[in-house]
Amino acid sequence: MKYLDEYRRTEHCEKLLDKIRGTATRPWTLMEVCGGQTHGLLRYGIDSALEDVVRLIHGPGCPVCVTPIEAIDAAIALSRRPNVTITSFGDMLRVPGSGDSLLQARASGGNIQIVYSPLDAVQFAAQHAEREVVFFAVGFETTTPTTALAVQKAAELGLTNFSLLVAHVRVQPAMEMLAESDDSAIDGFLAAGHVCTVAGFESYHEFARKYRLPVVVTGFEPVDLLNGILECVTLLERGEAKVVNCYGRSAVAAGNRQALAIVNDVYEVCDQPWRGLGVVPKGGLRLRAKWSAFDAESDHKFGRIYARPLSGRPPAIAPTRPPQEVLFPCDRDSCNPAETAGLSCDPAETAGQNRLSADSPLPASACRSGEVLTGRIRPTECEHFGNRCTPESPLGAPMVSAEGACAAYFRYAPRRAK
Amino acid sequence: MTSITTGLACPVHEGSRNEWITLAHGEGGRLMRRLIQERIMPPVENEFLRPAGDAAVLPPIKGRLAMSTDSFVVSPLFFPGGDIGSLAVYGTVNDLAVAGAVPRWISLAFILEEGLDLDTLEHVLASVSAAAKRVGVAVVTGDTKVVPRGAADKLFINTTGIGEMVDPAPPGPSALQVGDELLVSGPIGCHGMAVLGAREGFALDSPLRSDSAPLNAAVAALMQHNVQLRAMRDATRGGIGAVLHEWSESSGHTLAIDEQRLPVLPEVRGACELLGLDPVHVANEGTMLLALPHEAVKLALAILRAVPETQGAVQIGRVLARGVANVVVSRGVGREVPLDEPLGAPLPRIC
Repeated sequence: MKYLDEYRRTEHCEKLLDKIRGTATRPWTLMEVCGGQTHGLLRYGIDSALEDVVRLIHGPGCPVCVTPIEAIDAAIALSRRPNVTITSFGDMLRVPGSGDSLLQARASGGNIQIVYSPLDAVQFAAQHAEREVVFFAVGFETTTPTTALAVQKAAELGLTNFSLLVAHVRVQPAMEMLAESDDSAIDGFLAAGHVCTVAGFESYHEFARKYRLPVVVTGFEPVDLLNGILECVTLLERGEAKVVNCYGRSAVAAGNRQALAIVNDVYEVCDQPWRGLGVVPKGGLRLRAKWSAFDAESDHKFGRIYARPLSGRPPAIAPTRPPQEVLFPCDRDSCNPAETAGLSCDPAETAGQNRLSADSPLPASACRSGEVLTGRIRPTECEHFGNRCTPESPLGAPMVSAEGACAAYFRYAPRRAK
Repeated sequence: MTSITTGLACPVHEGSRNEWITLAHGEGGRLMRRLIQERIMPPVENEFLRPAGDAAVLPPIKGRLAMSTDSFVVSPLFFPGGDIGSLAVYGTVNDLAVAGAVPRWISLAFILEEGLDLDTLEHVLASVSAAAKRVGVAVVTGDTKVVPRGAADKLFINTTGIGEMVDPAPPGPSALQVGDELLVSGPIGCHGMAVLGAREGFALDSPLRSDSAPLNAAVAALMQHNVQLRAMRDATRGGIGAVLHEWSESSGHTLAIDEQRLPVLPEVRGACELLGLDPVHVANEGTMLLALPHEAVKLALAILRAVPETQGAVQIGRVLARGVANVVVSRGVGREVPLDEPLGAPLPRIC
């Protein structure tokens, strides 16, 4: 099949692997930003093929993993109201909030429907005038054009029973946050090819210059991933911090202008809490005031369904803890300055207060998703991976999402690097 | 006011007489008797199906018996490549066939939703009848229930089948040995994607078609030629991935497949790639997985390829000594990685 087979050919992959091995003189640390790329690397065994050659760490680009717990809880609460239907993408449904996931909420009576496109939710609203239809809009720049289009379409149809619960996130502010952190080990970024297809990559030039990090726009098939790695390693070996596009069949520098115009018409940039990471300045989108009729959180819809923390820096991430004894001084998944004002996040200060024995049930707050999503630990380095945290009973989102790093390791490399 | 422009809940076929199933059709009175005698029984009439009897009385058979039951709740009822009627026959027939039995008799039980168009029921019955004739089974007993609107989705079917075992029957997955080969009888993932496409109304250039088909002729041909078989399974829900995991658990061996050998039609592959699904985990309704010793592969492939329903048969993998993972798959990069077992139905990804 065109555009697939030529990017999966074994002999092509082997040549690229050899070239990477021949180019790298030291184990450079590369972060791939997108969860789809994480799964590609693990699914094709690229990370193990390049073990000891480059260090591949995984970024925060799993859209449902970074959706705030509070937003999921709010969607569940809405789904239980009479005459309200929550619609969302299938991948969102398995991710737990503070208690249930949307899938569990549906089983216990919540009115929740999977749609394949936000426009299907608009159509559903048009066919069910008696129901208040809310689309739970999550995702990166790849999904924002379609949710923005859904709002425009709903306005065009004159619908008054359709709204969005927006939890959209933007990639580059999160990359900046990672690049700025004191303990960052990242030597280069593999930028998310599909995000760049929509949003372009012109803004990465300034990023690469400022942080002196090469950025390679990378696709998702094995040949794409290997090309991206080779290019990034080559730039690092030459000491060049610049932007290179290795996904030319899809991404162009200016992005998709039509899509960006629609997004810009409907959304504006805002600070956004990311699950596991805290508030990312300019890390999200919200509906512009002129579209408030389609905002589930506006006063004439459901009002402020959940409280967003004020902007601020993300929480400090605690050092790796010993496996036998679990300390969770603060809610790691949702810890943020506004909620924990006056409470200490320092493990040393709270040692002994929240001690758990190895077999007592763990709260979701024991999840180390923040460290996984920032590449500080590999999923398999988490003491709960594969034993007390599995897809059947996940502690956090990265274990259940189709793009989650923990899910990728559980599926494709369950016994690696324990 | 918004005008209703959407289609009716039940498909009305051309020339519909607008007759509908009512609760009275299931209440034991004259309406029920007429429904059964005039609509349901004639298409599947045979010597064992007695209107007055509570049970079918069947002749003795020589060998051991095999029995299997399955319920069918597919939505939509009609999809490209099949419908719930033929599916209900082939599903049970295939379960018997892959166990090494010749299917002989099946039961047919309907749960009908109040408001179902009678024409729809007749179309389903015609399909049941044609499928039963194709595979040579007789519908010998049945049941009809009607439930209030909303308590079922138009029409559910349960079929139970009885077959006659042909010895020597395949010993089953616990008999798998290191070095055995794995075959699949045709392209995978067709049924699941066709039903998903029909249900969600995907507008794709190439239409997706279900593989819904009987496997009894293929199995009979293999057994007739005394092909040495370890195990056969029709790879329905969960796709071939689910069967591989079950076989690995039963045998204690690692099963290895090669992704580049998997037969996947371009339209199925395209739809799977779009939705982020792996055809390995997508349902089939006329495709089976076989395990057999290396020396039997050539003959088995020749026989399968001569039967219309299994002409796409290929070898896809082999049985290895127990390794780290139950099932491993070799993909483009050439390294074997574990094949996961999804928790439930795979859900489409976001982007």
